[in-house]
Amino acid sequence: MIPVVELRGIVKRFPGVVANHNADLVLENGEVHALLGENGAGKTTLMSILAGIYRPDAGTILLDGGPVSFRTPGHAIEAGIGMVHQHFRLVQPFTVAENVLLGAERRFAASRSSTDQRVSELGESYGLKVDPSARVWQLSAGEQQRVGILKALFREARILILDEPTAVLTPQEATRLFETLRKMAEEGRTVVFISHKLDEVMAVADRISVLRGGEKIASVTRSETDKRALARLMVGHDVSSKTQRADSSAAGVCLEVRGLDALGDRGLQVLHGIDLEVRRGEVLGVAGVSGNGQRELTEVIAGIRRPSAGTVEMEGVDLTDVSPAQRIRSGLAYVPEDRLGMGLVGSMDCVSNVMLKLSGDRRFTRGPFVNSGAAEKLTHRLVDAFDVKTPSINAPVRLMSGGNIQKLLLARELSSEPKLLVASQPTAGLDVAAAQAVHDIILEERAKGVGILLISEDLDELLSLSDRILVMYEGNVMGTIDGDDAGREKIGLMMAGTHTDMEAAS
Amino acid sequence: MSRASAPIRPRLVKRLVPSRSMRIGVRAGAVVCAFILAAIFLLLTGRSVGTIFGAMWDGSFGSPYGQAQTILAAIPLIFTGLAVAIAFRMRLWNIGAEGQFYLGAFGATAVAYAIPTAPAFILLPLMILGGMVGGGAWAFVPGILRARLGVNEIVPSLLLNYVGILLVDYMVHGPWSDPQSFGFPLGKPFSDSATLPTLGDTAVHAGAIVAILAALAISLVLSRTVWGYRVRVIGENARAANYAGFSIARNVVAIMLLSGALAGVGGMVEVSGVVHKIQANISPGFGYTGIIVATLARFSPLAVVPIALLFGALIVAGNELQTVGLPSDIVLMLQAVILLFALAGELFVQYRVQWRPGSSSSAAPAIPSEPERQAAASASPSIEAG
Amino acid sequence: MTPDLVLTIFIAGIAAGTTLVFAAVGEIITERSGVLNLGVEGMMLVGAVTGFLVNNQIGQPWIGAIAGVLAGAAMGLVHAVFVVGFKTNQVVTGLALVIFGNGLSGYLGTSVVGEPPPATFDPIALPLLSSIPVLGRILFNQDALVYAGYILVAGAWWFVFRTRPGLNLRSVGESPETADAVGISVVKTRYLAVMCGGGFAGLGGAYLSLAQAPSWVPNLTAGRGWIAIALVIFATWNPLRAALGGYLFGCVEALSFRLQAVGVDIPVFFVSMLPYLFTIAVLVVISRGNLTRRLAAPAALGNSFAREER
Repeated sequence: MIPVVELRGIVKRFPGVVANHNADLVLENGEVHALLGENGAGKTTLMSILAGIYRPDAGTILLDGGPVSFRTPGHAIEAGIGMVHQHFRLVQPFTVAENVLLGAERRFAASRSSTDQRVSELGESYGLKVDPSARVWQLSAGEQQRVGILKALFREARILILDEPTAVLTPQEATRLFETLRKMAEEGRTVVFISHKLDEVMAVADRISVLRGGEKIASVTRSETDKRALARLMVGHDVSSKTQRADSSAAGVCLEVRGLDALGDRGLQVLHGIDLEVRRGEVLGVAGVSGNGQRELTEVIAGIRRPSAGTVEMEGVDLTDVSPAQRIRSGLAYVPEDRLGMGLVGSMDCVSNVMLKLSGDRRFTRGPFVNSGAAEKLTHRLVDAFDVKTPSINAPVRLMSGGNIQKLLLARELSSEPKLLVASQPTAGLDVAAAQAVHDIILEERAKGVGILLISEDLDELLSLSDRILVMYEGNVMGTIDGDDAGREKIGLMMAGTHTDMEAAS
Repeated sequence: MSRASAPIRPRLVKRLVPSRSMRIGVRAGAVVCAFILAAIFLLLTGRSVGTIFGAMWDGSFGSPYGQAQTILAAIPLIFTGLAVAIAFRMRLWNIGAEGQFYLGAFGATAVAYAIPTAPAFILLPLMILGGMVGGGAWAFVPGILRARLGVNEIVPSLLLNYVGILLVDYMVHGPWSDPQSFGFPLGKPFSDSATLPTLGDTAVHAGAIVAILAALAISLVLSRTVWGYRVRVIGENARAANYAGFSIARNVVAIMLLSGALAGVGGMVEVSGVVHKIQANISPGFGYTGIIVATLARFSPLAVVPIALLFGALIVAGNELQTVGLPSDIVLMLQAVILLFALAGELFVQYRVQWRPGSSSSAAPAIPSEPERQAAASASPSIEAG
Repeated sequence: MTPDLVLTIFIAGIAAGTTLVFAAVGEIITERSGVLNLGVEGMMLVGAVTGFLVNNQIGQPWIGAIAGVLAGAAMGLVHAVFVVGFKTNQVVTGLALVIFGNGLSGYLGTSVVGEPPPATFDPIALPLLSSIPVLGRILFNQDALVYAGYILVAGAWWFVFRTRPGLNLRSVGESPETADAVGISVVKTRYLAVMCGGGFAGLGGAYLSLAQAPSWVPNLTAGRGWIAIALVIFATWNPLRAALGGYLFGCVEALSFRLQAVGVDIPVFFVSMLPYLFTIAVLVVISRGNLTRRLAAPAALGNSFAREER
């Protein structure tokens, strides 16, 4: 039988990186095909090529056995290929129906009620319920994903590509998504499922292709493999043991947040009476689907966003009305989720970035001038101590790899010997080795007695690092559970807004 | 959907580091292309290209008198160019340098008329101060609106140009009008101590030195001081600056004040060094040309100086055109076309053109070589950023 | 102030506003595609001089107006070639076009400065409508281009918010990646939108030189292009609100030139400052609803689009 899609020898270069190198892939009709690989393995690029977003530098795409070349995503859509991107690619101010019909509507002017009804019917037939007249920005990430899938189905996609679809879902929502995907495969569609999580790949896929370094390493049938074998294929060697967590008895309170309310970027309330405390030498993990107020919480603690009510105290000092600069001086370190957008200045070099929070420090100034000698000396020390790989400390940091960028950011934040470290998604997008290095750094700080607030969407990361885990949903704290008995199931329910009767509700 | 073996078509690939040699080439090419286009335009309208370009050359670079005129026209352009450049380092578009220039002239004139008999060593610095206050005040308005209310600075700063010009118009028609000017919109001539001395026996006045010192000082402040560092961080990444605890609002106001003050000094040296009185139409668009100068200099204070000389020559050449019966408007067009060509050329600085289907030999090495990285490290913000 | 004078101010205000409305509606269409066009002033100037010259040659103001539209659209095409094709910075490119339009219109118009046009647009009283008390005289006793303005405003609103191409246009301005991914051509949409905006600006300029104040002097528009850009923000990118604002600004302009008639004795220079100061004041006042206004702005405004960037 002719495979529905065959990719042969795909090569794709971006400035500074080769994303795909001689990648091959065969997709069959009616299968759920997982594309497994570490961050940076080239999974998304390869599928973006199939979806017509990028054009390959070399290689062929065969569709139903015949060669095709898509010059635009429109061509790929016409050929029946639909992709649901990680960030969904939806027009935020538009309604759900407008998004679903965008580019596919043929009539010159159509009434809203008739388009709404078409979308509603399509949603119901696949069990993907959304309100067609709702504006996309009002929807949760999970609902936006449903709109993305509906968009592809409306265009009659026979090959549906989902890029890391579970990153924005609770475990229960993910299970429901898997059921939908299986149903689609049974209807004869081909579903490609991009992931770096072994569990979910084993749960949903018929066949699994592993990508490493931009190349396909192997394609296997699920029934003939196991997680250990897949992990070895994915990383290229046996995966080292889990992070070792030394026991440290937490001491006094480092950070205390009481009754915190705050408004989001759109002027709506996104934090509702948040209470939390972080003790010295403790990692408090914050779990939750992204967009439930985690980012705003960290920004309020860092002083970048003003709270509308409530207090923030660090080491017993009230910081609620204190400037960000003063908080930094009081011992607050903050690793924001958007490293190059907020934490660092991508176009500037390592020295300038290390100086970011030290430009008012006497040790690094001479009168009105920057003491560049002292700044360079510190930069060299930090780059060595944190093993930051950079061609030169005078090269723009945006040219460094994601892992090295994150190490430099952590190095700078920790160089001030903080009392509190707020780390938001510290390993998102990093490969296994870099993530491991970041975990080690966080645990080292914990051992030093630093209080750590760790926000992550990766439940495994939270479970392995946190002493306690707090779950946020729609700007509320759903509860806090001890790290030891933190069951995935329970956290998942709380992430979806379900109250569970727990002992830790006290 | 098209089947394989599509025709070969060009494709753009973003360069990891902008090409520096390409950047210089593009600017030179832009000037050449603009002149070629102007030649075609003149031919189409039935003019003699040789005569016109000859007159332009003679008027600007071709004679000692022309050279002095070129330098005289370049001086105010250095100031307005610096004003636009420093504002842009914080990603602010001060397109009100024209109005600030007029207000600088206004402030300097107010001082000159108030204490005409004061000795030059007192009067001239006070006039510079008056110019800075006038220009600074004019730029303060869009600055504070941006900092406190989030009003984009482009439209307010531009609209104040018209207001500033009308204000000076009013003064030279009314309170400052010279009774001996026979109704022409002119002010009374300045006293000797209110005029800038000339350098040696040239026509070039001491404002040239002030301009070069200003360019050096701004360059030093930006590259070496803590404040300059913070300004650059705010310009490159405002969210990071906020995160680091820098006050963006306060620095927006400060930079706009400095920017306006620079343009204001430009107005001061023009009335004190060249016109020796206040009058209507003291500027043939120095503020607008300053935007072009700063952009072509990629907002680098030192690069403003040579580019201001080129555009000073163009302005002088434009005046020369009127002697051969052509409107000087053609120079405005020439300025704009040079800028447009340079902007378009920036594409080739930022991107590489690749011909499809690409073979591996046509692609640049995936990892930049060490010298390229070094070049990128010292590169200043690009025209594209905004 | 006599009732008659008030009526005169409103009648003149609608005419003065028409120039601004054309330019602002055009800019809304341009900006809805994600392209900022600061060159409106230059495009209006070129439209004004072209319309005037053509009318001078053939004595047909309608043909002049159409020539103004085409000249503005040609300037729009230049802007699009640079900002869409060459991905140049939209702010600087727009400024360059203002300077260019200033020079080109000055050059082209040298020979006709101060000449009276052979024919102009004259008021036509619309049957029935013009007999409505007060409003009829203000709104329906104007020249044909004012009426064209009413129709274009309504048409632009319907197009932008109620049609498929309008939806596509807005999607390109909000999220070009999304539009691209569903097969809408970002490049084509932007070219058309910028040319359309340029054509509107050219029409606004031509209205000025053929109807509102039939004459040509260098820099005839005197900042009206910039006021139109401010109007777009005031109007939160909605053509109907832009019309409202445009006619309001027109009335302010008409009022300021009649201040002396109502006995306010201030020098003409200060009177001339009023429209500019009023514009800045309006920008300040509307900044209080800053959040809603920022959300109304097309999200991709000012950004160039390149599919293969990463």
